[in-house]
Amino acid sequence: MSYFVDENGYYGQFGGAYIPEMLYPNVEELRQNYLKIMQEDSFKKEFDELLKEYVGRPTPLYFAKRLSEKYNTKIYLKREDLCHTGAHKVNNTIGQILMAKRLGKNRIIAETGAGQHGVATATVCALMGLECIVYMGEIDIARQAPNVARMKMLGATVIPALSGSRTLKDATNEAIRDWINNPVDTHYIIGSVVGPHPYPDMVARFQSVISEEIKWQLKEKEGKENPDYVIACVGGGSNAAGAFYHYLDDKEVGLIAVEAAGLGVDSGESAATSVLGNEGVIHGSKTLLMQTKDGQIIEPYSISAGLDYPGVGPLHAHLCESKRAEFISITDDEAMNAGLELCELEGIIPAIESSHALAVFNSKKFKKDDVVVLNLSGRGDKDLNTYIKYFKL
Amino acid sequence: MNRINKKLQEDKKLLSIYFTAGYPKLNDTVEVIESLEKSGVDFIEIGLPFSDPLADGPTIQESSTAALENGMTSEVLFNQLKDIRKTVSIPLIIMGYFNPMMQYGVEAFCKKCAEIGIDGLIIPDLPVQDYNENYKAIFEKYGIINVFLITPQTSDERIRFIDSISNGFIYMVSSAGVTGAKNSFGDTQKTYFDRIAAMSLKAPQVIGFGISNAETFKQATLNAKGAIIGSAFVNNLSKNGIKSIPDFISSIR
Ligand SMILES: Cc1ncc(COP(=O)(O)O)c(C=O)c1O
Repeated sequence: MSYFVDENGYYGQFGGAYIPEMLYPNVEELRQNYLKIMQEDSFKKEFDELLKEYVGRPTPLYFAKRLSEKYNTKIYLKREDLCHTGAHKVNNTIGQILMAKRLGKNRIIAETGAGQHGVATATVCALMGLECIVYMGEIDIARQAPNVARMKMLGATVIPALSGSRTLKDATNEAIRDWINNPVDTHYIIGSVVGPHPYPDMVARFQSVISEEIKWQLKEKEGKENPDYVIACVGGGSNAAGAFYHYLDDKEVGLIAVEAAGLGVDSGESAATSVLGNEGVIHGSKTLLMQTKDGQIIEPYSISAGLDYPGVGPLHAHLCESKRAEFISITDDEAMNAGLELCELEGIIPAIESSHALAVFNSKKFKKDDVVVLNLSGRGDKDLNTYIKYFKL
Repeated sequence: MNRINKKLQEDKKLLSIYFTAGYPKLNDTVEVIESLEKSGVDFIEIGLPFSDPLADGPTIQESSTAALENGMTSEVLFNQLKDIRKTVSIPLIIMGYFNPMMQYGVEAFCKKCAEIGIDGLIIPDLPVQDYNENYKAIFEKYGIINVFLITPQTSDERIRFIDSISNGFIYMVSSAGVTGAKNSFGDTQKTYFDRIAAMSLKAPQVIGFGISNAETFKQATLNAKGAIIGSAFVNNLSKNGIKSIPDFISSIR
């Protein structure tokens, strides 16, 4: 079985490009060019250089000694939180801005939930001098105010999505509508491994630098490239796709994808797509999604804006259905406490998204000599208000 | 012969109306259809509402959200329409996004349409190739016409291909954009309308998106066989109610 995209844009039964004809020329242009462009020497050189000099890669693979002692196993943290702008999202936006330039586009649009992808997009647009418009749900604008301010300082225009539930799903709808309205000069930088083919594959390739580094870093530290487990949180699934990428075919490496259970998977306030979802079409992709029996998309809930999405990327739907990855759901409370624990044990304040991944150590037991790599996708600065409220700090 | 094909043979410019099923009130669907036929509309697109209508502007987003809140579902719509052919004879098309149809089951959906007397489907986010490979046989089995969209950005080559697999009409999206009413068309649209007319396609073309009044209807049907009014009709319906339908239609032509 292959875990990589096939020539028609599918991962097993999931993926494809379920887009209105209005988007066909844009998506087709990207599909025909993305691999060619990514393989050009000049592209690779510019991408690698920016990741090194601007983003600060390679990010450390840090052996978390006290956390390891507490859970009686060997835990390494892949420090994506140390990337410029504070999360893995920038790996993808650097790649896509270079792609947009080579496609001759001069106007950039993006959607954002937590604001991390919006900030990462605004950042690369400032870097390249391109116009940047970010769609963000009205509710997320209120709960992620610092990131809205950052985007504005970086020169982006932030447009509130006022339709539907006014969160990430609706911001994505608005970005897609913008692209329909501006089919020639605009590139849409999608923030995760979602959307129509070739986006899931392109974004996964840009993020795959994470597992590429883990391999040689682990070799240096443990004398072997393969850990026993890789753990990552899944909103749309881009940091997980990046952390899993070079291990997909190595069956001895266990892949653990962590979803947000919100108030509990059966509470009606959850974002645990692998448990609550079934096959459907969202944002141009056939995948697992949370929906009513009638096929209307259900509004998810999580304390973490970055995991508050009713679907997962088609790669993850395939990893879930084929059981290549184990999916675990973590509640708001479990995540918040795991986040605080990392602060206390390691002096690292994680993003609440990443805290969901950390909480796995409380629900799954690892062996003493297991080597477990956890992708720490982002830092917690953006979440201070939520942490303050939750812990009454 | 399918009612759509028969209608397309009539020697006149066709006026079609889109409205959202279950809007303004859940049980208005049938009354709206009957009033449209009585007012002289040539065929109707019944919008099956979806929570995330990517190709629609604010008007149809809002009517869709309202219809869903009213309780509209595929099942409810089919129940409302079960006797529609006792009173209505013009072609009826359901326009909706793919996910609700997929959940109902594409075959079950087409079968139900055939039983009721629905003549065609417009599914903006079902890709042409996917339809061709996976669903064409089902549509044909139940005699349902699938209507494809083209836009100003669609290449000639792709238009020719779409023409070759169209067995009803081609839905020409008037401009690069989502649905929404416009007051007039500019030079870009005229150039595009002329370009398509010059291609002498096999399938008649019906223009939609942005048609709102007598002027845009006239411009659109200069070359094309007909035009579809959506957002402007829905706006009028929400402001002035079902009783205003005859006046609205007579203001168009
Ligand atoms: C720090 C962090 N981690 C994870 C995510 C979830 O996205 P993905 O699943 O694409 O990695 C986000 C999204 O905003 C994020 O900001």
